[in-house]
Amino acid sequence: MSTDDTVLALRGVVKTFPGVKALNGVDFTLRKGEIHALLGENGAGKSTLIKVMTGVYRRNGGIIALDGTEIHPANTGDAQDLGISTVYQEVNLLPNLTVAQNVFLEREPKRFGIIDWRRMNREARELLLGYDLDIDVTAPLNSYSVAVQQLIAIARGVSMSAKVLILDEPTASLDAEEVASLFNIMRDLRDRGIGIVFVTHFLDQVYAVCDRITILRNGTLVGEYEAATLSQQDLVSHMLGKELEKAVHEKVGQAEAQTRETLFELNQGSSDVLEPLDISVCAGQVVGLAGLLGSGRTELCKLVFGVDELSQGDAKLNNQSIRFSNTRQAVVAGLGLCPEDRKKDGILGPMSIRENMIMALQNKRGWWRYIPMKKQRELAEHYVKVLKIATSDIEKPINQLSGGNQQKVILARWLAAEPKLMLLDEPTRGIDVGAHAEIIQLIRKLCDDGLGLLVASSELEELVEFADKVVVMRDRRKVAELSGSDISQQTIMQAIAGQS
Amino acid sequence: MNKKFLPLYVTSSLFVLLFLVGSVQFENFGTLRVFMNLFTDNAFLIIAAIGMTFVILSGGIDLSVGSTIALSGVIISVLLRDYGWHPIPAFAFVLVLGTLFGAAMGAIIHFYQLQPFIVTLAGMFFARGLSSVVSEESVPITHMFYDNVAMFGFELPGGAWLGSSTIIALVVLGLAIWLANFTRFGGRVYGIGGDAQSAALMGVPIARTTISVYALSSFFAALSGIVFSFYTFSGYSLAAVGVELDAIAAVVIGGTLLTGGYGYVVGTLFGVLIMGVVQTYISFDGTLSSWWTKIVIGLLLFVFIALQRYLVRRGTKA
Ligand SMILES: Nc1ncnc2c1ncn2[C@@H]1O[C@H](COP(=O)(O)OP(=O)(O)OP(=O)(O)O)[C@@H](O)[C@H]1O
Ligand SMILES: [Mg+2]
Repeated sequence: MSTDDTVLALRGVVKTFPGVKALNGVDFTLRKGEIHALLGENGAGKSTLIKVMTGVYRRNGGIIALDGTEIHPANTGDAQDLGISTVYQEVNLLPNLTVAQNVFLEREPKRFGIIDWRRMNREARELLLGYDLDIDVTAPLNSYSVAVQQLIAIARGVSMSAKVLILDEPTASLDAEEVASLFNIMRDLRDRGIGIVFVTHFLDQVYAVCDRITILRNGTLVGEYEAATLSQQDLVSHMLGKELEKAVHEKVGQAEAQTRETLFELNQGSSDVLEPLDISVCAGQVVGLAGLLGSGRTELCKLVFGVDELSQGDAKLNNQSIRFSNTRQAVVAGLGLCPEDRKKDGILGPMSIRENMIMALQNKRGWWRYIPMKKQRELAEHYVKVLKIATSDIEKPINQLSGGNQQKVILARWLAAEPKLMLLDEPTRGIDVGAHAEIIQLIRKLCDDGLGLLVASSELEELVEFADKVVVMRDRRKVAELSGSDISQQTIMQAIAGQS
Repeated sequence: MNKKFLPLYVTSSLFVLLFLVGSVQFENFGTLRVFMNLFTDNAFLIIAAIGMTFVILSGGIDLSVGSTIALSGVIISVLLRDYGWHPIPAFAFVLVLGTLFGAAMGAIIHFYQLQPFIVTLAGMFFARGLSSVVSEESVPITHMFYDNVAMFGFELPGGAWLGSSTIIALVVLGLAIWLANFTRFGGRVYGIGGDAQSAALMGVPIARTTISVYALSSFFAALSGIVFSFYTFSGYSLAAVGVELDAIAAVVIGGTLLTGGYGYVVGTLFGVLIMGVVQTYISFDGTLSSWWTKIVIGLLLFVFIALQRYLVRRGTKA
């Protein structure tokens, strides 16, 4: 088909879903010993291409060849047997099984025909230690955070990879250090001759590890490029089909913040897992939460929203003391939480985009005050337009959307409820560069109308771009607060590392 | 203490507690003999409920169990009486038939993406109807082999008896524990119950596993039918009505989550024993109507489902 070192070759691959042509004659060539970025906007067809390669979906046309022979995997198991190992977008592991079982499912070590639990646990532990995960592998998977789960999924995929390793947005919930160690592992595999497909929306990561780049747009191939010779600007315009416009905005300085009314305040508040801390958000202010994995960002969001109980200290909203015993009270009081783990806490799979969007608003109004269908449709259509959600129809089940578009629906759900204080935990996870800029613009506009915002993010660049104040967390306590012109990637990084 | 074993601790302690209460109230209750009788009387239910455990662990349900028990009893008795078969080939025949029946239900569930509830409900009517077609009235079994097997057993201290049906039930239990927790198949069943979509993306063969789970359940139901025929020495198309519901109750009381993915085979054994001990208590008392068994089991079920909800909630919060 092509040169000798091609391990996986796709030619003219077509995949249609009812009403959508997700892939339209796509070519893709993966060589041995290369890291190949697969890029494109949300809904461009990246995940679909991967699922076609690995037998999750049956292709409607085209050829897929592994080492020069055509293959027809009927399911993921077949693909694994052929030497293609995949870490799919979102964590796809089994919440009820132990960590070790998740790592070794379908290739459990056996002894005398029975599963050798001791060996399985030992090997899983050793494997995960290579990712700096020193955890109890006999605990069920769902006792760990998404980020840890993601690392476990990667460890599983990497340890199975024989010829081809496919990683669909593996870094979405990892922080810089983990990304760096993942990259080392990837380079090591590349040097051993394995072909790696890497999907991401972080363009700097593309340049950090990738050798070549394939870009898709709307299910068609835009082109294949050498990473070394394609500028970031060209890359973005190939992806979006147009230039990217950057938003600029004036930060609200310390002095100005004092003149604004305080929207939310936490005084020496703590939960079972957090040290006591102070935090305040003014109307129209964006407060960023920075910190490494497990530093307590998510826990802080949960505390503010009333998912976790305040064990001491007090919380005030508009100068009134608040204490929520369930999340509905928080929603009614004007809070919104866009959660980190959209698969577990966010999307309701078989329900439509519209139903998913109006959920929070309906909950806020109470179930007995039904939102008229016309209003629901208007709302849904409005957000599909402003957030540029790639869908033909608002009645489509949400699980048929691409990952990034699902994230946008969840964001719309909380925007539609018109909260006074919005908590966003990794809001732009898995969202493409174009939509990223648009979402930030939209959030800024809402803040100008008086919305207060608390954003937890592991993307420092994003925080620097739009936060008026950054609270840095480490080891479940607040270690620094930066505001106005003090905010830069460097200052945040120093505070995270503890050298301020 | 490991949190995931909590329901198991609750069930087993409840059994011990009930047994102690009976022993304190009635003399002769707290004996090995009464304990062993729990097994003898409920061996067929233990077997059927263990099959059900796999189905529920995988996130499904099997309503055809009671009918399958009746059907295998009827087929055996007719083969013996009208066709002069020896019981052993007759047993093999119903076991194979049961397995195929279950596999067919599993295949329909998987390939047509239908609700297990509906498919096995249809299976329930089908098997019940078929047993009536084979023979409407009760068919007695008279065969030397039956007498020998029914008499077979070991005398234990205190006049207790370890009979053939108990032995079969214990062997099934051991086999099921091995299958659930020490084979790849077991991991797949738990995995599909936890999240079928993720399991598929991890390379679990969903079709093969689903079909095997229902085949296994019907195999155990057919075996349970064989054991049941040793109690009644007959095959009757209206026997074992509602046994599937007893089996489901035992599984749930045994701590297995109805939504799948969590639970243990041993729990199911305790579930059956708890139901048995309640029944024994009521018969010792003598004044209570036997319907009280149902009422107590209803209450227990309610309590256990509430407990599970609580544990699941706490689990997701932690
Ligand atoms: N199961 C499905 N049924 C119907 N349509 C689908 C299904 N899966 C994907 N699609 C559609 O196919 C298109 C491509 O989706 P895909 O998930 O491949 O995008 P993606 O490039 O991975 O995007 P993202 O960056 O957001 O993950 C989208 O328009 C999506 O709505
Ligand atoms: Mg995707």
